[in-house]
Amino acid sequence: MTRIHVTDASGASHVVEAPNGESLMSALLNAGIDGILADCGGGCACATCHCYIEGDGMDRVGEANSLENLMLDSAAAERRDNSRLSCQIDVTEALEGLKVTVAENA
Amino acid sequence: MENAPETNADQNPEEFYRSPTTTPEADPWALPLEDIDLATGAIFQAQKHHEYFKRLRQENPVHYHDKNPEIGPYWSLTRYEDIMAVDTDFERFSSEPSIALFDELLGEERAPMFIAMDPPRHDEQRGAVLPAVGPVRLKDLDQLIRKRTVEVLDELPTGTPFNWVEKVSIELTTRMLATLFDFPFEERRKLTFWSEIITTPPILMGLTIEDRLNHLGECLQTFTALFKERQFEGNESQDFISLLANNPATADLEGVELLGNLMLLIVGGNDTTRNSMSAGVLFMHENPAEFQKIKDDQSLIPSAVAEIIRYQTPLSYMRRTAKEDVEIRGKQIKKGDKIAMWYASGNRDESFFPDADKFIIDRPNVRRHMAFGFGIHRCMGNRVAEAQLRIVWEEILKRFERLEVVAEPERVEHSFVHGIKALQVIAHPKGNKP
Repeated sequence: MTRIHVTDASGASHVVEAPNGESLMSALLNAGIDGILADCGGGCACATCHCYIEGDGMDRVGEANSLENLMLDSAAAERRDNSRLSCQIDVTEALEGLKVTVAENA
Repeated sequence: MENAPETNADQNPEEFYRSPTTTPEADPWALPLEDIDLATGAIFQAQKHHEYFKRLRQENPVHYHDKNPEIGPYWSLTRYEDIMAVDTDFERFSSEPSIALFDELLGEERAPMFIAMDPPRHDEQRGAVLPAVGPVRLKDLDQLIRKRTVEVLDELPTGTPFNWVEKVSIELTTRMLATLFDFPFEERRKLTFWSEIITTPPILMGLTIEDRLNHLGECLQTFTALFKERQFEGNESQDFISLLANNPATADLEGVELLGNLMLLIVGGNDTTRNSMSAGVLFMHENPAEFQKIKDDQSLIPSAVAEIIRYQTPLSYMRRTAKEDVEIRGKQIKKGDKIAMWYASGNRDESFFPDADKFIIDRPNVRRHMAFGFGIHRCMGNRVAEAQLRIVWEEILKRFERLEVVAEPERVEHSFVHGIKALQVIAHPKGNKP
């Protein structure tokens, strides 16, 4: 388990115990985090699990591939430098203490 | 071509196969399981498919049928959970060479389209056209959709029956499709016709295979001209054709390679929304208490739209092909086997949707319906579709007390496209209660 600090779409803070090996999206979805819709079920095809990775987190979550980049361009909320689709991030111990803010997904 | 052309040597394409066992008259609960052939348009046309699905979900959720001479052996998945698992697993379940059980053949060839491709080629081609239906573009489209919806609804006759499919559903979705392609507006009904040509066995349209190929040839010719016209540096237009013509991944497409993607975008943006737009009117007519809910609270319209789409499921299934031997619920699926993921059944799975056979516009998990698919091939136009449906209901509520369906709907004989050909409706204007 890896602890993720989450600010949900309504601004509330949570600590999510995310199982290693799962996607960050599925950990957030299973924790019932407000704003994670994940309409496509993790296919990188809907951009409704969009999050902002805070602090130094971007160095730890890896790079977005070209498809994710396209999807981020078409996300409902503003794309920022720290935008990622949480379905494309695998939870590992290296993410311990990661801080993420859920974007306004719609 | 990437995929070896497949032909069915025994098949006479001029004949239209109908299952001798799985018929509208048969008892879905009495038929031997192995005789159930879900890829049979007649049971969908007669609305008997739900009973077959219900039985299979209970008795045989991973079902095998090998007596259909047109498509050969295939598996059917009918439970929500199993469909979800396969749809999100592109590594073991390929979308190539086709996402329909029936082969889409152009003479000896198959038209490649990105819905029937695996990564990475799928990602490149889908990525090329994605901006046409993205949220930025959607904001512009919203106003246009409303303007057109108002025009079309304001012209409807009141007090006398008319065909809602023709006057509203086809008209609105075809106008939108013309916009997404930036297709010559006055010729937009060609798009509707080509869509029908693509999805309908020619014999049901009174056409030969050759006629069909000729029409598709004309479609390709028309689009090739537009494609070339719009292929120039600095073309920032966000229509499908400009996007295809100017993206490095798709700029060199020609012939059947181009036709395949055009066919996909034409059908994807046409039949689906059209049939949800028609079906919604029928469902609201049949369920006045549900209609009352959106009259009382318009903020429920987006949820009602999702429920309409779940309840209709305008595309009944998508096919995958196993890339390796796989076991699902104890059944041995072999590499190369065809698998139909029946969204139409998953959307009525009682273990996921309580009272699944009821039309309930405010059910809590309605957004989880399967009609757009899941995974990398999820419908890319879902937001445009939802916007069209939402706006049509908002504008209906402004004008009409109710829409009365006055005849049995005429339905399409098809196991893939779940459609309504004609829906006779009387529009009762507001303030003029019958």
